[in-house]
Amino acid sequence: MSIEVRDLSKRFGAFQALDDVSLTFNSGELVALLGPSGCGKTTLLRIIAGLEYADTGAVLLAGEDATATHVRERGVGFVFQHYALFRHMTVFDNVAFGLSVRPRRLRPDKGDIARRVHRLLELVQLDWLADRYPDQLSGGQRQRIALARALAVEPRVLLLDEPFGALDARVRKDLRAWLRRLHDELHVTSVFVTHDQEEALEVADRVVVINQGRVEQVGTPQEIYNSPATPFVYGFIGDANRLSGQAAAGWADFHGLRVAAPEFGQSEPRPVTGYIRPHDIELKSEGGTGVAGRVESVAQVGAALRISVRVGESAPSLQVELPHHGGHWPFAVGQAVHARPRAGRVFAG
Amino acid sequence: MAKRVIPGFGLSLGFATFYTSLIVFIPLAALFAKGLSLGGADLWRVVSDPQALASYKLSFGAALAGALINLLFGGLVAWVLVRYAFPGKRIVDALVDLPFALPTAVAGIALTELYGRNGWFGAPLGELGLKVAYTPIGVTVALTFIGLPFVVRTVQPVLAGLDRELEEAAASLGADRWQTFRRVLFPALLPAALTGFALAFARAVGEYGSVVFISGNMPFRTEITPLLIYSKLEQYDYAAASALGMVMLLFSFVLLLLINGLQFWTVKRAGG
Repeated sequence: MSIEVRDLSKRFGAFQALDDVSLTFNSGELVALLGPSGCGKTTLLRIIAGLEYADTGAVLLAGEDATATHVRERGVGFVFQHYALFRHMTVFDNVAFGLSVRPRRLRPDKGDIARRVHRLLELVQLDWLADRYPDQLSGGQRQRIALARALAVEPRVLLLDEPFGALDARVRKDLRAWLRRLHDELHVTSVFVTHDQEEALEVADRVVVINQGRVEQVGTPQEIYNSPATPFVYGFIGDANRLSGQAAAGWADFHGLRVAAPEFGQSEPRPVTGYIRPHDIELKSEGGTGVAGRVESVAQVGAALRISVRVGESAPSLQVELPHHGGHWPFAVGQAVHARPRAGRVFAG
Repeated sequence: MAKRVIPGFGLSLGFATFYTSLIVFIPLAALFAKGLSLGGADLWRVVSDPQALASYKLSFGAALAGALINLLFGGLVAWVLVRYAFPGKRIVDALVDLPFALPTAVAGIALTELYGRNGWFGAPLGELGLKVAYTPIGVTVALTFIGLPFVVRTVQPVLAGLDRELEEAAASLGADRWQTFRRVLFPALLPAALTGFALAFARAVGEYGSVVFISGNMPFRTEITPLLIYSKLEQYDYAAASALGMVMLLFSFVLLLLINGLQFWTVKRAGG
């Protein structure tokens, strides 16, 4: 089922949590709401769920206005960051809860409920935990139970609020891949909130980047990473060297580093800010065409070398990343080098 | 014995045992010694006297009724204090503790005044044909008054600590407010509510000061066991007073044990 939000705004006192947000989520999509903490992404998710109401604007589910519909009637499954499992119920009863609170005429009989709960527990691969209590489970298991509980009511939409936020790095990675596979199996429209760019880029079909209550960019992970639409997205997604300089006649110059800037075709120079990814900078030890500099530090991080290069007294250090496959390091501290950007993005101001 | 992480086990256990012996166990043992000095036949005659039997019924019946009323309405007060913001909330919050602070005799006189034949409550109730002062109902009113803080103060922090997300999760799964309360909130609050109930009940069983004024102390009708004990003391019949005290103690102990057992069971079910 598709979700659409139109012109949503929400204030908490003096704090503008959402500022005129309009978005469409297509049926069957897995979308990430990505942004720094306090950017409004959780508020947006809660408004879609009906756990919060917007000051202005509308929420449409499957094309129908659901702005005033109570969370009970919206048919959404909500997964909380801290699981919100019922501690006094077994795992089985937790998952069965949504079915057992249905009005009598819509409630499946006991055997049917048991069958459905076990099918869901098998789906999240925790069937053997049915008789345990939530306190006896690990964090990753609890979150999978919370997901099974949300899926039990056969929601039209699945909403997940930082679903892996409280888990340690290893479990996060496993669950992330697992959620992607689960979504490919179920195809229920899903929206999840995260502040972890890697999580968003790896799992989602589309990513919505939010900052200070506004949508900065919407696109596939590739679009978001390869062509960030705003300076914020450039700084937030992946690493980038942020440089100040001047642009004129289709080129921008940052302390001697030249980046193509076709939007700035005018003849008189204008102040600009440039973003260059560390892996988009080429280093040559001699005879290079780029700007001359000196290596400040070298460190190996996994399969990459991180090199810091000083290209001038007034310029900030340039962060450069090179693939590295073992063997000795091609650059040493203090060595003279030439740096040349292969790509970059220039914004006015 | 396994090595312990927290030091001072021997010392602290020794002190705790010594202290509870000094404060609780030795005085109670003295009570039993005095009561048992009566000898079998006399002891049985004193504790099974019809007047004594009637007083047990009133004491424990009214204390249980008072504690049950407090369980219900004290829980409600705690709910209102935690869940809603309203002007004067702090004053209401402070009022809850007053039955602790007030000398119980003062409370007894005030209640007797209110519920007496010409009192603010007593007069209209009398017209409806309901007599409160000098009846078992009056005793229950007094015991309800003094037991209120216990349930409120035990339920309040637990309710305040309950995660709002639990209710949101229940709502998103389609539960209405009543189902959410019955199946999610109530089981979480029950252990604390039972503790409050046990405390209110224990306090009410031993209560004396506030009851003597409102009950009228009519033997077989409105005489509570503590008062019967007091009248034995006035007749210098210390052994009989001790014997009645023993009976109260044993009853209370068994009832509290039952409530504790029930509480243990609910906590275990709450997975906590």
